[in-house]
Amino acid sequence: MAEPANGEDAVAGMDLDPLHQFEIIPLVPLQVGGVDISFTNSALWMVIASLVVTLLLTIGMSGRALVPTRVQSVAELLYEVTANMIRENVGSDGRKYFPFIFTLFMFLLFGNVLGLIPGSFTYTSHLVVTFALAAVIFVAVTVIGFIKHGFGYLRLFFPHGAPLWTAVILVPIELVSYLSRPVSLSVRLFANMLVGHTLLKVMGGFVVMLGIAGVLPLALLVGITALELLVAILQAYVFTILSCIYLADALHLH
Amino acid sequence: MGESKDTSNLKRLEKRLKAARQRRDDRGPGQDGRSSSGASTSGMAVGLRIAVEILAGLAVGVGIGLLLDHWLGTQPWMLILFFILGAGASMVNVMRTARELERRAEEERKRGSNTGPEQ
Repeated sequence: MAEPANGEDAVAGMDLDPLHQFEIIPLVPLQVGGVDISFTNSALWMVIASLVVTLLLTIGMSGRALVPTRVQSVAELLYEVTANMIRENVGSDGRKYFPFIFTLFMFLLFGNVLGLIPGSFTYTSHLVVTFALAAVIFVAVTVIGFIKHGFGYLRLFFPHGAPLWTAVILVPIELVSYLSRPVSLSVRLFANMLVGHTLLKVMGGFVVMLGIAGVLPLALLVGITALELLVAILQAYVFTILSCIYLADALHLH
Repeated sequence: MGESKDTSNLKRLEKRLKAARQRRDDRGPGQDGRSSSGASTSGMAVGLRIAVEILAGLAVGVGIGLLLDHWLGTQPWMLILFFILGAGASMVNVMRTARELERRAEEERKRGSNTGPEQ
């Protein structure tokens, strides 16, 4: 999106703005009670991601063939990766949280990967989006912990077997550590996406500016694009697996 | 005549295949090109993850400190106290992350040596 239509424009006007791609543009302006709830390009790409996931899974599985077609095996692969992740990190009692974890993983994965399409918008590159997701997980995990263990959940803040007098230092440290979970969870995803996409745009700008010598950054750009695809998938995976680990903490109280 | 040449070629190919497999097995898992490139990129991911962990602990500590100072009017004591606690928390987070990554790497190694890649 940030790439100008022609090369001359960029050299003359220097209107390359690598951060332009993160701009939120209201598509359908909407005001309810003084609150701006416009349908933006961010919301549009969330809808697109949800549609793509739904179509992939429903159409892919509609055949229910014993020997899967290509689309069906993609759908099965995504399902199995999530199921394995929950079985290994949470255990068998995590199975009832599968729908939520799977939805989360699909939303992030397709948000990250669709964001790599030139001209698209990466909603996971906004801290608001990732922090909202992390906050939902944080609150949900805390509530689940208190429902499962009552006030016994507070034992999470005091390591097992430490002398009692160390509680003065350890409890506040554990409390801050616990509160920093949603921050690190959301910042990690947001920073990875922001950095990667900015880097791509900056390199793209070099290609345009250098003219014929731009072949060099172009070659580099190919490599970086491949790396970004890896980062997009890996970060969606990391976000989901950490949610699983937090859930396991709440369920089992290590 | 032609047939015997074919079989001798096949035999030679088989021998070379066996030698190649032997070399690959000797090097052990995690040594062939594919997984080593995976390790280097995931090294960057690990570094970033730990950096974010340190930052988040400190940020939350400082945030709580500033808020408490604002409410209680105890500038700058709560900020100092919670900055130190935040630093402690980020160290705890880093230790936990490192331990978890180690456990995961160990599992991966075990799985790699026993059964090879899953189908």
